[in-house]
Amino acid sequence: MAVSKVTIPAPTSGVFTRPTSETGILSWLTTVDHKRLGLLYIFTSFLFMGAASVEAFLIRLQLAAPGNTLLSPDVYNQMFTMHGVTMVFLAIMPLGIGFANYFVPLQIGARDLAFPRLNAFGYWVYAAGGLFLYTSFFLGSPPDVGWVAYAPLTSLSNNPGNGTDFYMIGLLVGGIGTLVTAMNLIVTIVSMRAPGMTMMRVPVFTWMMLVTSFLIIFAFPPLTIALFQVIMDRTFGTLFYVPAAGGMPILWQHLFWIFGHPEVYIIVLPAFGVISEVIPAFSRKPLFGYPVVILSGIFIGFMGFAVWSHHMFTTGLGPVVNTAFALTSFVIGIPTGIKVFNWLGTIWGGRVRFTTSMLYAIAFLITFVMGGITGIMLAVPPFDAQSHDTYFVVAHFHYVMGGGALLAFFAGLYYWFPKMSGRLMDERIGKAAFWFLVPGLHLIFFPQHIAGLMGMPRRTQTYVAGIGLELPNLLSTAGTFVMLVGLVLLLVNILHGIARGKPAGDDPWDARTLEWSTSSPPPHHDFDRQPVVNDRDAHWVQKYPESVHGERVPASASEPYDRAGIHLPGQSIYPFFMAMSLLVFSYGLLFHNFWVVGLSVALIFFFTYAWALEGVGGHHLQAGGGHGPSDGEEARA
Amino acid sequence: MSATPASATAIPGMESGHYRSTKLPDIKLLMWVFLASDVMFFGTLIGTYLVYRGRSLVGPFPENVLDIPLTTVSTFVLLMSSFLMVLALHALRGDDIPKFRLWTFGVAFFGAIFLGFQIYEFAHFVDLGLTLQGNLFGTTFYVLTGTHGVHVTIGVIWLLSILVHSYVKPWSSKDEAYLEVAGLYWHFVDIVWIVIFTVVYLVEFV
Repeated sequence: MAVSKVTIPAPTSGVFTRPTSETGILSWLTTVDHKRLGLLYIFTSFLFMGAASVEAFLIRLQLAAPGNTLLSPDVYNQMFTMHGVTMVFLAIMPLGIGFANYFVPLQIGARDLAFPRLNAFGYWVYAAGGLFLYTSFFLGSPPDVGWVAYAPLTSLSNNPGNGTDFYMIGLLVGGIGTLVTAMNLIVTIVSMRAPGMTMMRVPVFTWMMLVTSFLIIFAFPPLTIALFQVIMDRTFGTLFYVPAAGGMPILWQHLFWIFGHPEVYIIVLPAFGVISEVIPAFSRKPLFGYPVVILSGIFIGFMGFAVWSHHMFTTGLGPVVNTAFALTSFVIGIPTGIKVFNWLGTIWGGRVRFTTSMLYAIAFLITFVMGGITGIMLAVPPFDAQSHDTYFVVAHFHYVMGGGALLAFFAGLYYWFPKMSGRLMDERIGKAAFWFLVPGLHLIFFPQHIAGLMGMPRRTQTYVAGIGLELPNLLSTAGTFVMLVGLVLLLVNILHGIARGKPAGDDPWDARTLEWSTSSPPPHHDFDRQPVVNDRDAHWVQKYPESVHGERVPASASEPYDRAGIHLPGQSIYPFFMAMSLLVFSYGLLFHNFWVVGLSVALIFFFTYAWALEGVGGHHLQAGGGHGPSDGEEARA
Repeated sequence: MSATPASATAIPGMESGHYRSTKLPDIKLLMWVFLASDVMFFGTLIGTYLVYRGRSLVGPFPENVLDIPLTTVSTFVLLMSSFLMVLALHALRGDDIPKFRLWTFGVAFFGAIFLGFQIYEFAHFVDLGLTLQGNLFGTTFYVLTGTHGVHVTIGVIWLLSILVHSYVKPWSSKDEAYLEVAGLYWHFVDIVWIVIFTVVYLVEFV
């Protein structure tokens, strides 16, 4: 399509010349494009997933045989802590946010997120927080207090190394990135839907990201304050979690789980969204009971804040509290079950194509239901009293997080890879990887149920021989090798797909939502024309208007953008600089160097003004060849 | 605030894209969402204060240090600043720029007076032996009111920046969204203070 560029004159107050390069490393550091940031999120989360896999592998090798001495207890503690923190905060959650970055604007027919520079800032802060956490291996010791970091284990007297500081400060800073991205997504989804896209026409993945974003903005503040309190205790000698001064360590548990349980849904609701896209596409049917799926998601969002104490049944809250939280935990199973039946109802009677993506979706259904059932078991306080802190719990949440969220994201990866790269992944390698990965996953985690029921405690470096734990642990370790083959094949398939995958075309799956109506990969400006939506599954209705309700309805269409053309916001280096200032702040605080802290605050202050005064900038693309300035002309300070 | 073509600036505060299903400025929605989140930040801090209330093992205790008349004055000043905030926004909407500048300065000035009171109060309390590390009351009191003080400080800096910017690049009623979000923030910080004043100060003397 013939487009020409009209440059917006930048305000004269910029500090540096505005970056405009479209290739090279600077273009990635300064990008504000949601698609590039989405790819950065996905790439970075895979890097962290690799690190977490190495840690998991070491844990399993240590536990392969009783009395093993591969890892010392101290190193073992560091490994399971870093594995948990990495998978939850740096791998799975950002993977969902990465998909959201890429596909929420495309699914609702928007040009970008509402605040492109804030979006870039969110990514760089996440990357900086993760980098900060991993430098603990070189600049002291990695955290070794478990991913839940219960007080008073984290007090300075109980934990004098700086590992706990890395945990507290790293999560605090990384959380800022997650918070601003969630706020950005809410504004985007509420306000930037294409004309005609009412809330009940919004694709389910986008809907689930809206619920997830609300969970983030309400759940992260309690965690942030709790982290802040421990940082204050360790840095300035306050008394929040000092029992000798009257402080109550249980307060940490409450604050952590008021965050921690919604966090489970922050991870798994985007996965539900992905599944709700994949299953209809490969069953050639609209999602069965769309409004019920949406309402169940909202209900899960609300109930997610009402179940946190089921993580604390054994702390002695009393029978009344335990009963109440057991009941709310049962209730939250209902909307989840409803969704499962909706997915089954979608497959039922559909013309199912068993692509790799669909295989992962089906594996998700089976594995997630198994994790859900053990969840219901754990919601019974007497059962929980027996199985608390055993491998039964480990098996449960790995079935939910790994078998649930991760398998769903792999389904999403195979589903959306052609859109992101313009190329298809190889189905034969994909299916081979699948048949290693999913059975491997079950081989790792299913025996852990049994080990747990036999009393094997989690977070313990070894076990003695002769009490029946050898076989489940050996099987579990064997499973890691099987799954490893699957993961390597998956990576091979990704690289193979990028390098020499077959061209995908715009809509290889004959799918239903708007992202498939633009080219693969989408142009920088996403859509040549403004999509206009007249029904759910807008792209499907556009393709097959007669198939909806058995009669012709007005097809969803598109219209030219208004005469100003398509606005592409200018690139900016300040989000990156701002995130780096926060990184400097983190190290200053960690090493108690308050000159560095002061310097970083001054930098943050400076970059805030530079950011604000720089303005949005950018240029306009004029469809059909306008008469703007020629392409080479750039916005300059 | 950059000079963008007319149709793209139909809604102020827009950073990207064109059509807006709600017709609301993005920055206004963003501020509401941020404030919803900030409720949870303060909620957690106030919750911590309440959980630890009466659990200090050594003094000074709240009734030994808190001075209701003094803090009532500073609370009144902060509340009046919210009144000036409304006047400033009203003046900007009516393109009455001198009044907009006067009232905006007034808000920042009253905010600064409040901060002055808080600095005096903190110094006075430390003299009375209440420290961050001394007892749980000190720990929770300073962290809660200090966090609020940081919010007020940011608000004062923000409003003064708006004031200075209005001389660099003349403001008009078209820019009202930028003042309105600052106003939303300011009113919120005020409301939080009313809760803190009640929960921390007044409750001790019921």
